Amino acid sequence: MQPGQNKRVKMPERPAQERIKDFNEVALGLSEKDAISEAKRCIQCKNPKCVSNCPVEINIPAFIKLIAESDFKGANKKIRGKNSLPAVCGRVCPQEDQCEKTCILGIKGEPIAIGSLERFAAEYPPSETPVPIKLVGPKVAIIGSGPAGLTCAGDLALKGYQVKIFESLHTAGGVLKYGIPEFRLPKSIVDNEIEYVKSLGVELITDFLAGKTATIEELFKENFKAIFIGAGAGLPNSLGIPGENFQGVYSANEFLFRVNMMKAYKFPEYLTPVITGKKVVVFGAGNVAMDSARCALRLGADKVIIAYRRSRKEMPARAEEIIRAEEEGVEFLLLTAPVEIIPDDAGRVKQVELLKMELGEPDSSGRRRPKALPGSEFKLDCDLAICAIGNSPNPLIPKSTADLKIEKWGGVIVADNKETSIKGVFAGGDIVRGAATVISAMGDGKIAARSIDEMLSKK
Amino acid sequence: MGFKILRKEQLASNIHFIEVDAPRIAKAAKPGQFVVLRINENGERIPLTIADKNIKNGTIEIIFQEAGASTTILSKLKAGDSILNILGPLGEPSHIENIGSVVVIGGGVGIAEIFPAIKEYKAKGNKVTAIIGARNKQLLLTEEKIKNMADELLIATDDGSYGRKGFVTDILKEMIEDKKEINLVYAVGPVPMMEAVSNVTKAAKIKTMVSLNTLMLDATGMCGVCRITVGGQIKFACVDGPEFDAHLVDFKELKTRLSTYRDKEKEAIDHICSLDKIKE
Ligand SMILES: Cc1cc2nc3c(=O)[nH]c(=O)nc-3n(C[C@H](O)[C@H](O)[C@H](O)COP(=O)(O)OP(=O)(O)OC[C@H]3O[C@@H](n4cnc5c(N)ncnc54)[C@H](O)[C@@H]3O)c2cc1C
Ligand SMILES: Cc1cc2nc3c(=O)[nH]c(=O)nc-3n(C[C@H](O)[C@H](O)[C@H](O)COP(=O)(O)OP(=O)(O)OC[C@H]3O[C@@H](n4cnc5c(N)ncnc54)[C@H](O)[C@@H]3O)c2cc1C
Ligand code: SF4
Ligand code: SF4
Ligand code: FES
Repeated sequence: MQPGQNKRVKMPERPAQERIKDFNEVALGLSEKDAISEAKRCIQCKNPKCVSNCPVEINIPAFIKLIAESDFKGANKKIRGKNSLPAVCGRVCPQEDQCEKTCILGIKGEPIAIGSLERFAAEYPPSETPVPIKLVGPKVAIIGSGPAGLTCAGDLALKGYQVKIFESLHTAGGVLKYGIPEFRLPKSIVDNEIEYVKSLGVELITDFLAGKTATIEELFKENFKAIFIGAGAGLPNSLGIPGENFQGVYSANEFLFRVNMMKAYKFPEYLTPVITGKKVVVFGAGNVAMDSARCALRLGADKVIIAYRRSRKEMPARAEEIIRAEEEGVEFLLLTAPVEIIPDDAGRVKQVELLKMELGEPDSSGRRRPKALPGSEFKLDCDLAICAIGNSPNPLIPKSTADLKIEKWGGVIVADNKETSIKGVFAGGDIVRGAATVISAMGDGKIAARSIDEMLSKK
Repeated sequence: MGFKILRKEQLASNIHFIEVDAPRIAKAAKPGQFVVLRINENGERIPLTIADKNIKNGTIEIIFQEAGASTTILSKLKAGDSILNILGPLGEPSHIENIGSVVVIGGGVGIAEIFPAIKEYKAKGNKVTAIIGARNKQLLLTEEKIKNMADELLIATDDGSYGRKGFVTDILKEMIEDKKEINLVYAVGPVPMMEAVSNVTKAAKIKTMVSLNTLMLDATGMCGVCRITVGGQIKFACVDGPEFDAHLVDFKELKTRLSTYRDKEKEAIDHICSLDKIKE
């Protein structure tokens, strides 16, 4: 392939009929040959527009050039300097809205497959095993081990701070572990990335719920000089319709937590159970909804329907995952909203009542607001209903931290440098933005690390 | 790795006591709070109340009943063994103040959970009457401890093998009929017992708090499996509770939700029993 040419590589995938039988990864990664050929397509812009839209500022042309020259380890090292989680970002970044959106080749033809190349390079870690570093700088506490916390921790460790991550769950990774399924992001890959951050000298404490096991104030008493809160948006929004508490009605968080975090798909070898429906309805059309629908299929559902109140164009999920869900047989019921959940005699979901919608004027987000069509109600049989209509910032830390200022909708308020209303306390990721993306959380973690360094090195 | 069991005792045929090394939790724990633990890599996360704590030794005490697979596996651990994960203290502490006369009721394994509350009610200057009830004498847990702490201890057993024959609610009803001063009732135990207590006190207009044992998973407010309607609003028992005003709780919904995995629970217990057979 020549620089500037339009034809973009496509990553090989397992066929839909095969992949819905298990939880193994769907996309297979690029071959060396394809990666090199795609890398050669990049025209190495002097003023690369792609980089301006990467929140962690990866030097994209530089790493792509190294791939084109077959120096895969070099490419890996180049990325690692800015991004401690390349194998994750290469898989789950909404590239079409980030780096690839602004790639110059996208104007006339197809943008470079930057995400696929990043994923490719991630598979070539540098051969020298990093020597555990003895960190001696001031102590910094990181709350939450999702992408925001891991990034902030990694960047601070590289600068020599003694970093401790406090995570409430029994394992690190945040949504990367409990939310995004194995077939999209293998857990061994997340673990490798976490091991890398630990290899920089970061200490990880699990089973520690900030606000309960100890408060922010108490952590300062333990001689932490700065605290970063990356506690995520874990609070599931509810539909607010009758019947939500019947058996077989899950929040997507509960469903995915059971399946991914607790490995309920291996029940009873793993002891956490999950309801495996035959006819499943999922409400919502973001990544969370797609993941729920595709997990339900893999657990043996005959029919999985995604009910969404807007049209296909407004679906917030990554474009790639919408297509894959469809290939796997997930059906989309568009312009449809739930009205009520109807149980059988035992209190288990039997049907959902839905209502047709039409699109009206655009709302504050710029998307056209759905309006109900009165009289269009209809019922659908199902034995499992999953609610994936979004998550809100976890209220536990604000509740236990008197001076921490939050928005009405629960987001922690921060300045440009990510400092909160409390001096020395920084925050970023979903706890600030509401449910957003991996890469925006990482970008926040990076800025916070820089600000913490500025604050502590001044002293 | 993990949290070491320092002491283990069998209190009754299927009820066990463990004391676990968990200094951070011991330091922070308050009455009414609980932990969620995962025994091993394949384990579920199960909630258990902090029955007592010892800050000096950095330990917490747990008393549990073998109910299904996880608690059965837990019952097989010995002093010196470790529990892989313990998170806590969780939930809102009991709001304990001086209000006069308090009746604290424990039923079944709930008897083991009321001690910290009794102690705190006493510390705040209340008169505390404890009522405990179980199927038979063997199941009356921590009786001595409660007796020494409360002003008065009343006992009921289903079979009359000890104390009064009948239910804790029978004793409560008599107290109300005798016009004993009761400013608050606090009850922990099986759902039918808490519901029965609630019905009695509702009629008598006595404020009542219950500690709800909903299903739980993360126990940090992220999954919503513990949700329950209280006063027409959805609450999460793990972060908003586990204690709620009994007269506002939708007990019917609680019972329905608790039975969600009945078939799966059987499958799980069969699975671990078959594993045991292979070992033997
Ligand atoms: C199912 C699903 C699929 C998604 N798919 C994509 C995708 O394809 N691409 C994409 O870019 N984004 C996706 N997202 C969104 C993305 O995962 C999040 O935006 C991102 O993980 C936010 O990172 P974070 O570090 O802010 O928080 P999180 O990843 O939520 O991590 C927060 C961590 O903090 C811990 N914690 C919370 N409270 C406390 C406390 N009090 N004390 C200690 N620890 C605490 C939590 O247990 C958790 O581990 C998806 C989200 C979900 C749920
Ligand atoms: C806040 C809280 C504190 C608790 N404290 C204690 C305690 O101190 N001691 C103790 O013995 N138990 C306590 N429980 C109950 C305990 O969590 C369950 O008995 C346990 O999870 C059962 O797990 P299992 O795998 O052994 O049984 P499973 O196979 O899960 O269940 C077996 C049986 O127990 C019922 N069950 C399942 N989960 C619960 C539950 N959460 N509450 C009540 N019944 C349940 C099931 O319906 C079934 O009939 C508490 C529960 C909560 C929510
Ligand atoms: S991290 Fe995301 S935005 Fe940045 S280069 Fe990689 S895929 Fe693009
Ligand atoms: S904008 Fe596109 S072509 Fe230009 S450097 Fe970036 S990836 Fe290469
Ligand atoms: S147990 Fe998950 S929210 Fe309460």
